[in-house]
Amino acid sequence: MTHDTADSGPGPGQEQQGSRWYDADAGPLVRPYAMTGGRTTSGPSGVLLDLIALVTLDANAPAASEESLFGPEHRTLLSLCRTETQSVAELSAGADLPVGVVRVLIGDLLEAGQVTVAHPVPPAQLPDEKILREVIDGLRAL
Amino acid sequence: MGFERSDTTGGQNTALALKILVAGGFGVGKTTLVGAVSEIRPLRTEELLSEAGQTVDDTDGLDHKTTTTVAMDFGRITIRAGLSLYLFGTPGQDRFWFLWDELSQGALGAVVLADTRRLEDCFPAVDYFEHRSIPFVVAVNCFTGARAYGAHEVSRALDLDRGTPVVLCDARDRDSGKEVLVRLVEYAGRMHTARLLDSVG
Repeated sequence: MTHDTADSGPGPGQEQQGSRWYDADAGPLVRPYAMTGGRTTSGPSGVLLDLIALVTLDANAPAASEESLFGPEHRTLLSLCRTETQSVAELSAGADLPVGVVRVLIGDLLEAGQVTVAHPVPPAQLPDEKILREVIDGLRAL
Repeated sequence: MGFERSDTTGGQNTALALKILVAGGFGVGKTTLVGAVSEIRPLRTEELLSEAGQTVDDTDGLDHKTTTTVAMDFGRITIRAGLSLYLFGTPGQDRFWFLWDELSQGALGAVVLADTRRLEDCFPAVDYFEHRSIPFVVAVNCFTGARAYGAHEVSRALDLDRGTPVVLCDARDRDSGKEVLVRLVEYAGRMHTARLLDSVG
Protein backbone atom coordinates (compact mmCIF):
# COMPACT_ATOMS: atom_id res chain seq x y z
CA MET A 1 0.00 0.00 0.00
CA THR A 2 0.97 3.57 -0.39
CA HIS A 3 2.06 4.24 3.19
CA ASP A 4 5.16 2.06 2.79
CA THR A 5 6.99 4.75 0.90
CA ALA A 6 6.92 6.99 3.92
CA ASP A 7 9.45 4.72 5.64
CA SER A 8 12.24 5.48 3.21
CA GLY A 9 12.47 9.08 4.33
CA PRO A 10 15.18 10.53 6.54
CA GLY A 11 16.01 8.60 9.71
CA PRO A 12 14.68 9.37 13.16
CA GLY A 13 15.62 12.78 14.41
CA GLN A 14 16.17 14.19 10.97
CA GLU A 15 12.53 14.10 10.03
CA GLN A 16 10.82 17.36 9.44
CA GLN A 17 8.18 18.23 11.94
CA GLY A 18 4.75 17.29 10.75
CA SER A 19 5.90 14.53 8.44
CA ARG A 20 5.72 11.78 11.03
CA TRP A 21 2.01 11.32 11.15
CA TYR A 22 1.88 9.19 8.03
CA ASP A 23 4.33 6.45 8.95
CA ALA A 24 3.41 2.77 8.75
CA ASP A 25 2.04 2.74 12.31
CA ALA A 26 -0.44 5.44 11.48
CA GLY A 27 -2.12 3.10 9.01
CA PRO A 28 -3.03 3.60 5.39
CA LEU A 29 -3.43 7.11 4.07
CA VAL A 30 -6.60 6.19 2.28
CA ARG A 31 -9.48 5.19 4.51
CA PRO A 32 -10.44 1.65 3.55
CA TYR A 33 -14.03 2.30 2.62
CA ALA A 34 -13.02 5.20 0.39
CA MET A 35 -12.17 2.46 -2.11
CA THR A 36 -15.77 1.31 -2.10
CA GLY A 37 -17.26 4.79 -2.35
CA GLY A 38 -18.34 4.50 1.25
CA ARG A 39 -20.38 1.36 0.74
CA THR A 40 -20.12 -1.37 3.35
CA THR A 41 -22.48 -3.92 1.84
CA SER A 42 -22.21 -5.47 -1.56
CA GLY A 43 -24.69 -5.15 -4.37
CA PRO A 44 -28.46 -5.54 -4.38
CA SER A 45 -28.11 -9.29 -3.84
CA GLY A 46 -26.75 -8.48 -0.39
CA VAL A 47 -25.40 -11.98 0.16
CA LEU A 48 -22.55 -12.01 2.66
CA LEU A 49 -19.59 -13.66 0.99
CA ASP A 50 -18.01 -16.31 3.17
CA LEU A 51 -14.25 -16.16 3.72
CA ILE A 52 -13.94 -19.37 1.72
CA ALA A 53 -16.35 -18.43 -1.06
CA LEU A 54 -14.37 -19.12 -4.25
CA VAL A 55 -14.05 -16.40 -6.86
CA THR A 56 -13.34 -17.33 -10.48
CA LEU A 57 -12.94 -15.14 -13.53
CA ASP A 58 -15.96 -15.48 -15.75
CA ALA A 59 -14.84 -16.85 -19.11
CA ASN A 60 -17.81 -15.11 -20.73
CA ALA A 61 -16.98 -11.77 -19.16
CA PRO A 62 -17.63 -8.61 -21.14
CA ALA A 63 -14.70 -7.25 -23.14
CA ALA A 64 -11.60 -6.05 -21.31
CA SER A 65 -12.37 -2.41 -22.01
CA GLU A 66 -15.11 -2.69 -19.42
CA GLU A 67 -12.45 -3.25 -16.81
CA SER A 68 -11.27 0.29 -17.16
CA LEU A 69 -14.50 1.38 -15.53
CA PHE A 70 -13.35 -0.19 -12.28
CA GLY A 71 -10.92 1.23 -9.77
CA PRO A 72 -7.36 -0.03 -9.29
CA GLU A 73 -8.43 -2.27 -6.39
CA HIS A 74 -10.99 -3.99 -8.60
CA ARG A 75 -8.29 -4.60 -11.17
CA THR A 76 -5.94 -5.97 -8.51
CA LEU A 77 -8.60 -8.51 -7.50
CA LEU A 78 -9.20 -9.47 -11.13
CA SER A 79 -5.50 -10.03 -11.74
CA LEU A 80 -5.26 -12.19 -8.61
CA CYS A 81 -8.11 -14.35 -9.91
CA ARG A 82 -6.41 -14.62 -13.28
CA THR A 83 -3.79 -17.09 -12.04
CA GLU A 84 -6.20 -19.37 -10.20
CA THR A 85 -9.50 -19.48 -8.38
CA GLN A 86 -9.17 -17.55 -5.13
CA SER A 87 -11.05 -17.59 -1.86
CA VAL A 88 -12.25 -14.29 -0.41
CA ALA A 89 -9.67 -14.70 2.38
CA GLU A 90 -6.84 -15.17 -0.13
CA LEU A 91 -7.97 -12.14 -2.12
CA SER A 92 -7.98 -10.06 1.06
CA ALA A 93 -4.44 -11.13 1.91
CA GLY A 94 -3.22 -10.89 -1.68
CA ALA A 95 -4.58 -7.40 -2.26
CA ASP A 96 -3.74 -6.25 1.29
CA LEU A 97 -7.29 -5.04 1.79
CA PRO A 98 -9.66 -5.69 4.71
CA VAL A 99 -12.16 -8.50 4.16
CA GLY A 100 -15.11 -6.10 4.37
CA VAL A 101 -13.73 -3.98 1.56
CA VAL A 102 -12.96 -7.02 -0.60
CA ARG A 103 -16.54 -8.22 -0.18
CA VAL A 104 -17.94 -4.97 -1.57
CA LEU A 105 -15.52 -4.94 -4.50
CA ILE A 106 -16.25 -8.56 -5.40
CA GLY A 107 -19.94 -7.68 -5.31
CA ASP A 108 -19.23 -5.05 -7.98
CA LEU A 109 -17.32 -7.53 -10.14
CA LEU A 110 -20.08 -10.09 -9.72
CA GLU A 111 -22.72 -7.63 -10.83
CA ALA A 112 -20.63 -6.63 -13.82
CA GLY A 113 -20.36 -10.28 -14.82
CA GLN A 114 -16.58 -10.34 -14.49
CA VAL A 115 -16.45 -13.15 -11.96
CA THR A 116 -18.50 -16.04 -10.68
CA VAL A 117 -18.67 -16.99 -7.02
CA ALA A 118 -19.05 -20.50 -5.63
CA HIS A 119 -20.45 -20.40 -2.11
CA PRO A 120 -19.24 -23.08 0.28
CA VAL A 121 -21.46 -26.07 0.95
CA PRO A 122 -22.28 -26.39 4.65
CA PRO A 123 -20.96 -29.71 6.00
CA ALA A 124 -24.49 -30.80 6.89
CA GLN A 125 -25.40 -30.57 3.21
CA LEU A 126 -22.35 -32.29 1.80
CA PRO A 127 -23.42 -34.47 -1.10
CA ASP A 128 -21.96 -37.58 0.52
CA GLU A 129 -19.44 -38.80 3.05
CA LYS A 130 -17.06 -39.88 0.34
CA ILE A 131 -15.79 -36.31 0.41
CA LEU A 132 -14.73 -36.56 4.05
CA ARG A 133 -13.06 -39.90 3.27
CA GLU A 134 -11.22 -38.16 0.44
CA VAL A 135 -10.11 -35.40 2.79
CA ILE A 136 -8.77 -37.92 5.31
CA ASP A 137 -6.91 -39.90 2.64
CA GLY A 138 -5.62 -36.67 1.13
CA LEU A 139 -4.31 -35.46 4.47
CA ARG A 140 -2.55 -38.76 5.13
CA ALA A 141 -0.92 -38.63 1.70
CA LEU A 142 0.48 -35.13 2.18
CA MET B 1 -11.77 -23.15 -16.38
CA GLY B 2 -12.43 -26.77 -15.73
CA PHE B 3 -15.70 -26.62 -13.89
CA GLU B 4 -19.11 -25.57 -14.96
CA ARG B 5 -20.33 -22.06 -14.72
CA SER B 6 -22.26 -21.59 -11.56
CA ASP B 7 -23.35 -18.32 -10.13
CA THR B 8 -24.42 -19.10 -6.64
CA THR B 9 -25.09 -22.62 -5.51
CA GLY B 10 -22.36 -25.23 -5.54
CA GLY B 11 -23.13 -27.64 -8.32
CA GLN B 12 -21.62 -31.08 -8.65
CA ASN B 13 -18.62 -29.93 -10.63
CA THR B 14 -17.81 -26.75 -8.80
CA ALA B 15 -14.82 -26.36 -6.60
CA LEU B 16 -15.48 -27.36 -3.02
CA ALA B 17 -13.86 -25.64 -0.07
CA LEU B 18 -14.06 -26.72 3.56
CA LYS B 19 -13.27 -24.63 6.58
CA ILE B 20 -11.57 -25.69 9.79
CA LEU B 21 -10.99 -23.32 12.69
CA VAL B 22 -7.96 -23.37 14.95
CA ALA B 23 -8.81 -21.85 18.33
CA GLY B 24 -7.17 -21.57 21.72
CA GLY B 25 -5.57 -19.08 24.04
CA PHE B 26 -3.05 -16.41 23.12
CA GLY B 27 0.38 -17.79 22.24
CA VAL B 28 -0.66 -21.43 22.33
CA GLY B 29 0.59 -22.05 18.79
CA LYS B 30 -2.41 -21.52 16.52
CA THR B 31 -0.48 -19.85 13.73
CA THR B 32 2.34 -22.35 14.18
CA LEU B 33 -0.07 -25.22 13.62
CA VAL B 34 -1.64 -23.52 10.60
CA GLY B 35 1.83 -22.91 9.15
CA ALA B 36 3.02 -26.47 9.80
CA VAL B 37 0.28 -28.10 7.73
CA SER B 38 -0.47 -25.39 5.18
CA GLU B 39 0.93 -25.64 1.67
CA ILE B 40 1.13 -21.88 1.51
CA ARG B 41 2.90 -19.60 3.93
CA PRO B 42 0.21 -18.55 6.41
CA LEU B 43 -1.56 -15.52 5.03
CA ARG B 44 -3.07 -12.75 7.04
CA THR B 45 -6.43 -11.22 6.47
CA GLU B 46 -7.84 -8.29 8.35
CA GLU B 47 -11.29 -7.28 9.40
CA LEU B 48 -12.09 -3.76 10.46
CA LEU B 49 -13.67 -3.55 13.87
CA SER B 50 -15.73 -0.47 13.13
CA GLU B 51 -17.61 -2.42 10.50
CA ALA B 52 -19.16 -5.19 12.55
CA GLY B 53 -18.16 -4.28 16.05
CA GLN B 54 -19.76 -0.92 16.59
CA THR B 55 -22.02 -2.18 19.31
CA VAL B 56 -19.41 -4.47 20.79
CA ASP B 57 -16.53 -2.08 20.92
CA ASP B 58 -18.21 1.09 22.02
CA THR B 59 -15.76 3.90 21.65
CA ASP B 60 -17.81 6.16 23.92
CA GLY B 61 -18.28 9.35 22.03
CA LEU B 62 -15.05 9.04 20.15
CA ASP B 63 -17.07 9.42 16.99
CA HIS B 64 -15.65 6.24 15.45
CA LYS B 65 -12.30 7.79 14.89
CA THR B 66 -10.60 4.63 16.00
CA THR B 67 -10.72 1.67 13.71
CA THR B 68 -9.12 -1.42 15.15
CA THR B 69 -8.11 -4.17 12.82
CA VAL B 70 -8.35 -7.80 13.81
CA ALA B 71 -5.93 -10.10 12.07
CA MET B 72 -6.71 -13.69 11.21
CA ASP B 73 -4.04 -16.02 9.95
CA PHE B 74 -5.02 -18.75 7.58
CA GLY B 75 -3.58 -21.51 5.45
CA ARG B 76 -4.69 -23.87 2.72
CA ILE B 77 -4.35 -27.56 1.93
CA THR B 78 -5.32 -28.72 -1.54
CA ILE B 79 -6.67 -32.26 -1.37
CA ARG B 80 -7.16 -32.47 -5.13
CA ALA B 81 -8.17 -30.14 -7.91
CA GLY B 82 -11.49 -28.69 -6.81
CA LEU B 83 -11.30 -29.79 -3.16
CA SER B 84 -9.41 -27.72 -0.65
CA LEU B 85 -9.27 -27.23 3.06
CA TYR B 86 -8.85 -23.81 4.62
CA LEU B 87 -7.55 -23.40 8.15
CA PHE B 88 -8.31 -20.24 10.09
CA GLY B 89 -6.61 -19.22 13.29
CA THR B 90 -9.28 -17.47 15.34
CA PRO B 91 -8.50 -14.12 16.94
CA GLY B 92 -7.46 -14.76 20.53
CA GLN B 93 -9.02 -11.87 22.39
CA ASP B 94 -12.47 -12.34 23.87
CA ARG B 95 -13.77 -9.08 22.55
CA PHE B 96 -13.56 -10.41 19.02
CA TRP B 97 -16.08 -13.18 19.64
CA PHE B 98 -18.43 -11.74 17.05
CA LEU B 99 -15.91 -12.71 14.39
CA TRP B 100 -16.08 -16.31 15.56
CA ASP B 101 -19.76 -16.48 14.68
CA GLU B 102 -19.01 -15.62 11.11
CA LEU B 103 -15.96 -17.84 10.96
CA SER B 104 -17.71 -20.84 12.40
CA GLN B 105 -20.68 -20.60 10.07
CA GLY B 106 -20.50 -23.63 7.83
CA ALA B 107 -17.25 -24.82 9.38
CA LEU B 108 -16.51 -28.51 9.18
CA GLY B 109 -15.06 -28.42 12.66
CA ALA B 110 -12.48 -26.92 14.96
CA VAL B 111 -9.19 -27.70 16.63
CA VAL B 112 -8.90 -26.29 20.15
CA LEU B 113 -5.22 -25.99 20.97
CA ALA B 114 -4.41 -26.34 24.66
CA ASP B 115 -1.35 -25.81 26.79
CA THR B 116 -1.47 -27.84 30.01
CA ARG B 117 0.40 -25.12 31.88
CA ARG B 118 -2.58 -22.82 31.39
CA LEU B 119 -5.42 -25.05 30.47
CA GLU B 120 -8.01 -22.45 31.46
CA ASP B 121 -7.08 -20.40 28.40
CA CYS B 122 -8.94 -22.83 26.18
CA PHE B 123 -12.14 -23.00 28.28
CA PRO B 124 -13.92 -20.28 26.26
CA ALA B 125 -13.20 -22.04 22.97
CA VAL B 126 -14.39 -25.41 24.33
CA ASP B 127 -17.59 -23.76 25.61
CA TYR B 128 -18.15 -21.98 22.35
CA PHE B 129 -17.97 -25.08 20.15
CA GLU B 130 -19.91 -27.26 22.60
CA HIS B 131 -22.80 -24.83 22.72
CA ARG B 132 -23.01 -24.57 18.98
CA SER B 133 -22.58 -28.30 18.40
CA ILE B 134 -19.60 -27.73 16.16
CA PRO B 135 -17.40 -30.85 16.11
CA PHE B 136 -14.02 -30.18 17.68
CA VAL B 137 -10.97 -31.99 18.94
CA VAL B 138 -8.71 -30.76 21.72
CA ALA B 139 -5.07 -30.83 20.62
CA VAL B 140 -2.63 -30.54 23.51
CA ASN B 141 0.44 -28.75 22.26
CA CYS B 142 3.26 -30.49 24.10
CA PHE B 143 5.68 -27.66 24.76
CA THR B 144 9.09 -28.83 25.81
CA GLY B 145 9.46 -28.52 29.54
CA ALA B 146 5.72 -28.63 30.15
CA ARG B 147 4.75 -31.47 32.43
CA ALA B 148 3.17 -34.16 30.31
CA TYR B 149 -0.39 -35.12 31.03
CA GLY B 150 -2.25 -37.95 29.37
CA ALA B 151 -5.12 -37.33 26.98
CA HIS B 152 -7.51 -38.81 29.52
CA GLU B 153 -6.43 -36.41 32.27
CA VAL B 154 -6.90 -33.42 29.95
CA SER B 155 -10.31 -34.70 28.90
CA ARG B 156 -11.36 -34.95 32.56
CA ALA B 157 -9.91 -31.58 33.48
CA LEU B 158 -11.86 -29.95 30.65
CA ASP B 159 -14.99 -31.94 31.48
CA LEU B 160 -15.40 -32.78 27.82
CA ASP B 161 -18.43 -34.54 26.44
CA ARG B 162 -17.88 -38.23 26.01
CA GLY B 163 -16.38 -38.93 22.61
CA THR B 164 -14.67 -35.57 22.09
CA PRO B 165 -11.18 -36.60 20.99
CA VAL B 166 -8.09 -35.33 22.79
CA VAL B 167 -4.84 -35.57 20.83
CA LEU B 168 -1.34 -34.86 22.05
CA CYS B 169 0.57 -32.98 19.39
CA ASP B 170 3.52 -30.84 18.48
CA ALA B 171 2.14 -27.81 16.64
CA ARG B 172 5.46 -27.27 14.87
CA ASP B 173 5.48 -30.73 13.35
CA ARG B 174 3.73 -31.28 10.04
CA ASP B 175 2.92 -34.96 10.58
CA SER B 176 1.64 -34.27 14.05
CA GLY B 177 -0.58 -31.47 12.72
CA LYS B 178 -1.87 -33.72 9.93
CA GLU B 179 -2.83 -36.35 12.49
CA VAL B 180 -4.80 -33.76 14.47
CA LEU B 181 -6.72 -32.79 11.32
CA VAL B 182 -7.37 -36.43 10.39
CA ARG B 183 -8.82 -37.07 13.85
CA LEU B 184 -11.02 -34.00 13.51
CA VAL B 185 -12.38 -34.93 10.08
CA GLU B 186 -13.06 -38.50 11.26
CA TYR B 187 -14.88 -37.17 14.30
CA ALA B 188 -16.85 -34.64 12.22
CA GLY B 189 -17.89 -37.50 9.95
CA ARG B 190 -19.08 -39.56 12.93
CA MET B 191 -21.05 -36.61 14.34
CA HIS B 192 -22.59 -36.01 10.94
CA THR B 193 -23.70 -39.64 10.63
CA ALA B 194 -25.07 -39.66 14.18
CA ARG B 195 -27.17 -36.59 13.46
CA LEU B 196 -28.53 -38.10 10.29
CA LEU B 197 -29.57 -41.21 12.22
CA ASP B 198 -31.15 -39.05 14.92
CA SER B 199 -33.20 -37.17 12.39
CA VAL B 200 -34.46 -40.42 10.90
CA GLY B 201 -35.22 -42.16 14.19
